[in-house]
Amino acid sequence: MTIPTDLSYTDQHEWLRFDGDNARVGVTAYASEALGDVVFIELPAIGSKLSAGEPCGELESTKSVSDLFAPANGEVVEINQAVVDNPQLLNDDPFGTGWLFVMRLEGEAPLLDATAYAKLTTEG
Amino acid sequence: MTSPLAARTTPLHDIHRQLGATLTDFAGWSMPLKYTSEVAEHHAVRRAAGMFDLSHMGELELSGPEAGAALDYALVSMPSRMQVGQARYSMLVSANGGILDDLIVYRLTQEKFMVVANAANVRRVYEELVARASGYTSEVRDASAEWGLIAVQGPSSALIVAEATGDDVSGLTYYSVAGARVGKHDVLLARTGYTGEDGFEVYCAADAAVEVWSEFAVLGSPHGLVPAGLACRDSLRLEAGMPLYGQELTSQLTPFDVGLGKVVVHDKPDGSVGAAALLEARDVDRARRLIGLASVGRRAPRAGHAVLRPGTSERIGTVTSGVPSPTLGHAVAMAIVDADDVEPGTKLEIDVRGRTEQVEVVKLPFYRRDR
Repeated sequence: MTIPTDLSYTDQHEWLRFDGDNARVGVTAYASEALGDVVFIELPAIGSKLSAGEPCGELESTKSVSDLFAPANGEVVEINQAVVDNPQLLNDDPFGTGWLFVMRLEGEAPLLDATAYAKLTTEG
Repeated sequence: MTSPLAARTTPLHDIHRQLGATLTDFAGWSMPLKYTSEVAEHHAVRRAAGMFDLSHMGELELSGPEAGAALDYALVSMPSRMQVGQARYSMLVSANGGILDDLIVYRLTQEKFMVVANAANVRRVYEELVARASGYTSEVRDASAEWGLIAVQGPSSALIVAEATGDDVSGLTYYSVAGARVGKHDVLLARTGYTGEDGFEVYCAADAAVEVWSEFAVLGSPHGLVPAGLACRDSLRLEAGMPLYGQELTSQLTPFDVGLGKVVVHDKPDGSVGAAALLEARDVDRARRLIGLASVGRRAPRAGHAVLRPGTSERIGTVTSGVPSPTLGHAVAMAIVDADDVEPGTKLEIDVRGRTEQVEVVKLPFYRRDR
């Protein structure tokens, strides 16, 4: 399974693409495969404050529902309405058009690099 | 040597692996959850056809001059009244009327029946049948390991099965069974299923399963047939309002609690296990019922979620199954409630992980195919 090397990761199978203080957030291909076909996505509202590790949304497939966890402390500044309208984007292109939201990070977040994340997924 | 904890595999396991299926542990079996996308597989069954490996289900055979009488005593229905070639839905209950499994009974000959049990319950059903049939001239066999079972379901299934068997299947009516041939193999061809579509369940020798599957795959794919996994089997049966053992049906409930009292026959000459309890269950003034719920949103009620009166915290029941319906585009659920005023149209609420969702009681099934 592909794990882009230019992204940061959490142990909750989310990825972050940094642009200054902002980070675009999505879930990894590993998570998207495990979720199954996502049919409903609930994202945090723009302006909402996130606390690292706390639930901030839901990803629902026909077979299950999973919490979306905040990857870091910060504030939501943009959401991907396209993926809300068409959740299949998350399965089709989890690292690209299936991104979820952009947040402004506050403070340091304990993130993983691609190598550490790859190790996590192979260890199960 | 196999570990006792290792999941059992069906004769089609290698095919599932070759097809890249996502496998899941189901009732101690390693079964395909999905091959590609469970939603695509769901739509394929509704629009064309899907093919399921159900070889994990249990086939119990009763034979002998009193096989029918033994089943009348053992089950809630009266299989002795079935014609050869008929299939009927039935249940095994305990002495107190609690549901131990739901079953399909096939009458294969005058003196031979096949009872198909859910994978998780095969051993229990077998043991109960042996015990309950002991006073009758009848032999009970667990033939599960000898059978492969492949379901071909969907509006194109009749076309595909006709091609594969060379038979005119129009004479094989819903809930009937007949012998047929697929390739060089003898099969039992039943017009039964668990998807809400027209469809067939094909019982073949375990060692013929790979060739029978391949025959359907080759002939079916031009008609849109795809392999389909247990994930879409669940969303399909739920849309069709069909109960699942362990979800809607449990040993804590009688057939009357879940609206299936019509399966029960009371006036049996020799009685049957649970008869007194079932008679009482029939006549009691009951508030308990199984209802269908439709939600406007896609946040689906799931098994275990509380059913509430709107605007109050009064809990009237529990969701037994729920799914965002791929066909309908909104969430649907079934629930067991203790309330006699929940006619279709009644507004209720579900506590979906701490946040209430509005739902409306609707008549089951949620989905009914055009006939």
